[in-house]
Formats: sequence, C-alpha cells, structure tokens
Amino acid sequence: MTRQSGRKRRSQLVWNVVGVAVFVVMVFPVYWMISTAFKPDDEVNRLTPTWFPLHPTLAHFGDAIHRPFFWDDVKNSLIVVLVTVALSMVLAFLAAVSLAKFRFTGRKVFVVLMIGVQMLPPAGLIIPLYVVLSRYHEAPNALIGVIITYMTFVLPFSVWTLRGFLLGIPRELEEAAMVDGSSRLGAFVRILLPLVAPGLVATSVFAFITSWNEYIFANVLLTDQSKQTVTVWLSYFYGTSRYTDWGGLMAASTLTAIPVVVFFLIVQRKIAFGLTAGAVKA
Amino acid sequence: MSSRQIPDHAAVAVETGALRSRRRHVALRVRLARASLPYLLILPVLAAIGVVLGYPLYNLVELSLQRYGLFELIRHSGTWIGFANYSAILHDQVFWHTLLRTVVFTIVNVGFTMVIGTLLALLLVRVSGPIRILLSSGLVLVWSMPAVVAVQVWYWMTNFQNGVVNYALTQLHLGDFSQHDWYGTTFSQLAMVTTLIVWGAIPFVVVTVYAGLAQVPGELVEAAEVDGARSWRIFLDVTFPILKPIFLILTSLSIIWDFGVFTQPYLLIEQSKLNASNYLMSIYLFEEGYFKSDFGRGAAISILMLLMVAAMSVFYVRRMVRMGDVT
Repeated sequence: MTRQSGRKRRSQLVWNVVGVAVFVVMVFPVYWMISTAFKPDDEVNRLTPTWFPLHPTLAHFGDAIHRPFFWDDVKNSLIVVLVTVALSMVLAFLAAVSLAKFRFTGRKVFVVLMIGVQMLPPAGLIIPLYVVLSRYHEAPNALIGVIITYMTFVLPFSVWTLRGFLLGIPRELEEAAMVDGSSRLGAFVRILLPLVAPGLVATSVFAFITSWNEYIFANVLLTDQSKQTVTVWLSYFYGTSRYTDWGGLMAASTLTAIPVVVFFLIVQRKIAFGLTAGAVKA
Repeated sequence: MSSRQIPDHAAVAVETGALRSRRRHVALRVRLARASLPYLLILPVLAAIGVVLGYPLYNLVELSLQRYGLFELIRHSGTWIGFANYSAILHDQVFWHTLLRTVVFTIVNVGFTMVIGTLLALLLVRVSGPIRILLSSGLVLVWSMPAVVAVQVWYWMTNFQNGVVNYALTQLHLGDFSQHDWYGTTFSQLAMVTTLIVWGAIPFVVVTVYAGLAQVPGELVEAAEVDGARSWRIFLDVTFPILKPIFLILTSLSIIWDFGVFTQPYLLIEQSKLNASNYLMSIYLFEEGYFKSDFGRGAAISILMLLMVAAMSVFYVRRMVRMGDVT
C-alpha cells in the first residue's frame, strides 16, 4: 500500500517537473521579449546573452513611443477597434437572438453563411477589396474601409458565440417574465440582457483582440504611415542603418502586445467556454 | 359581446363574422410581425456581410476574367480576356509547386499542432493543482500574442549574430550554431515558420481538448486501469473515441487556417528572401497579384484558393450546422 502510494507520488513529481519544463519552453519567447526590452543596448548586443536584465532601463520604451507615427497609429488602432467592436456587438446580438430564440425558414442557410465566412482565408479577399476601395479616391487610406472589413470577420464569430450564451439562459426565466405581463421585448430587455452581459463582454473582448491583431488588411488598405494601425507600424520597425535596434523592437512589441494580453487574461475562461461548449456537447 | 346587443340570428352571424375576420386580421398581422421578426434581426448582419463580401466576391470573379494591371487600376476598368488568367496559372509550374508545398506544410503544421496540443492537454490532467494553473496561464499568455509581435520576437531569438536559440543550442552541445543562419535554405525558413505557427496554435488545442477530457467518465478510465490496460491503450480505446468529435473539428479548423496562413511566413521570411522556391499559397497570390500589380492574375489565384478552402470546409461546416440544429 505505502509502496504503491510512494510510486504514485513519484510519478506525480515527474509529471510536475515535465509541466514546469513545458511552461518554461512555451513562455520563454514572451519572457525574452520583455527582458530584452528592459536591457541596455550593450547587454542586448552581447554575444553571450544575459538571462536577466542586469541593469534594467526604460530607455527602449522611451525610444519606441517617440518613434514617428507611434501615437498616430495607436490612435488609429483604437478608433478602428472600438468602432468595429461597438457596431459588431449590436448587429451580432440581434442576429444571435434570432438564431437562439426563433425557428425560421432560411435559418440553416444563415448558419452556413456565418460559419462559411469564418473559413475564408483573408489573403483571398485582399485583391478585390483593394481594387474596389481604390475606386474611391479617399478609400485606400480611409479607416472606414478597414472597419467594415474587420466587421465581416468579427460578426460571424460573435453571432455564433453570443448564440451559445443566449442558449445558456433557461427558457423558463424568459417565460416567467412574459407571464408577468411583459411584452416579448420587455422580457428581453429586463431579463435576457443582464443575463447575457458577461457573454457580451467576453465576445467583444475577443472582437477587440481579433481586430487589434489584424495585419494583412491594414497593411494593404492603409498605405499612408500616419493612417496605419499599430501592428503595421510594428512590422515596419527598422533599426538604425548600422544594426537592428533589437531593444527598441522588443519594447515596441511589448507595447503592442500589452492591451491584448490584458484583455485576453480577463476573459480567457469564457472564451474557451464559448468556443468549445458546442463541440463538447456534440 | 353582451346579450343585449343581439337583434336576431342573422345579425349575430354577420357581426361575429366581421369580428372574427377582424380578429383574424389582427392575428394575421401579429403572426406576420412575429414571422418577420427573426428576419429583421438578422438583416443588419446580412447587409454588412453582403456589402463587404458579396460585392468584392462578385468583383473577384469579374477581375479574374480580365487583364487588370496598374493601367486598368487607374482607368477603373479592365480588359475582358476570358479564362486566359486561369490557363496561364494552371500552366505555371510555380503554381503546382506552391500547391504541393502548401499541402505538405499544412499537413506538417496540423500534425505537430494536434499531437503536441493533445499531449499537453493530457499532461495538464496529470500535474497537480498549482502547476496546472501555472501551465494554463502560460498557455493563455502565448495564445494572446499578436502574430506580428510573435514574428518579431522569433526573428530576434533566431538572428544569426546573437540569437538566443543559437546560443542555447550551442551550449547544449547539439552542435555549433553560433552564426548559424536559420533563414538560409527553403527548408530551414519554412521550419522556422512552422515552429512559430505551432507554438502559437498549441494553446487553443490544449484548452479545447482539456475541456473535452473533462467529459470522459472517470469510471470508464478507472475500470480500464483495474483491467490492467496501459495508459496509451486507455487513451486509444476509451478517451479518443469520446473526444473524436472535438479532434475532427480542431483538425479541420487547423487545416483551413494553416492552408491560408499569411502573416507569419510573409513577415518572418524577409521580403528579399521571398521567392518561388518558398512560396505558400497566400504569399504566391499576394506577390503575383498585389506586388506585381497583376490584379487579374491575383484574382484568378484567389478564386482557385477559395475553391480549395471551400472544398476543405464542407466537412467542418456540415458538422457545425448539425450542432446548431441540435441545440
């Protein structure tokens, strides 16, 4: 008995060691990005790397935010992301209610459309979008072109996820409200909306992340440097003419990743649930 | 209707008839309103998608049948050339090589992602509580890294002058990797892209499979253990069949994503090093259509690519629709 439990404990220890090792390997690139960002140049460019910043400095962050167009592009990213998320959530919520609460002819076609759109490789749509948008003079640099493009890719996912959250609400709650004399709309606003609020938050954060991280469309549709988004700004981050400014590049990368990481950590449980609830059930 | 207001039978009949028809009318209106409500609710989404996808898709088909270069872009109209773009592409060796390369690339990427992801999910079940929290938060951190950021970090870690990967491999006595150029050969370039993509894709697989593992009845596994089954047999005979729907969905999603991947190879393989020997389908389409400003040709490649992805998606979409019907 004791021998067996001893063996069990030993194998538990082995698994834990493996788990920590996997953690170290997976997280190392993120750690390396942050620690490089805090290292002074001579430490960054040393042939033998130092595992920790020995003399931490904020200099690279200062350089990064004072680079041309950083604040312009942060502002653009925020505008694009916030408008995309706000519009998408309103439209997606209405459609999700329709899918979750009604049976109607053509419902299946709509579902196929929603899922099908998500499958489209973005690269396949660059050329027509570029050609169509360049027919209008302002268009190649208008944020609105990027916003509606992002919406197309955010909407299907949002509809699908919100539908999942709506289905999670017990029908009886909604019916109880209607028996109380509320109209369907009243029941909807007073009962459904507060219950689905967490789902709405989770979905909008996911939409935030998707549009903040997007690169191809922003790169092609926004050519003026002051009109680009942060990811495009980061992709054009060059060093000085002599060598690549690795410290600055890593500081800029860290700054680009921060908003996404923060939001992702807030909602990751809900997102994992939203994505997988259906798959697990089937 | 009170009894005092009934003059005779005929009047009653007329009145109730009128009332009935009015009531029917109201009922019909209510029913109509109720029937159109779901359509009104999906209308805005349909309109948005129709504008951004419908028109460009129509435009894509049109472009692919035209000669449409810079001159035509400025003039805003192309020259009709029928299927010339398609036949040029289908006679282009580069297209077939790119297709083959992309298929192999996809299989390798999806294979690594699924196998490593599943192993880590099984590991997540075995480790004790605190380690599980540590590992899963680490995975979420990786999940949230923007692709452009990940590319920059990867490039820094593998640069030939003082990349930390080169240093670590040399220190581990796996060979002399100082000054080793990871971006020197096509194989090495695509291997770098693969490690980057697999690293970023693993967390999604782990989280999803781990959630699925919670569905596997503990008694089944215990019973198999009592019977003396080895753990890989338990996985194959008990766990895998229950998780099969999840694996199918994850695999088909990964295939579709990896087949159309753009950002990582485009940014990780330097612009000057992108050429016909290392193209993936998205890059091929981007270089031929957008960079060389041959939009008609690019459109034709896009159509071919979209058709291939559509064929691959059929399975996934059907599964998801069936799920949408059940719930």
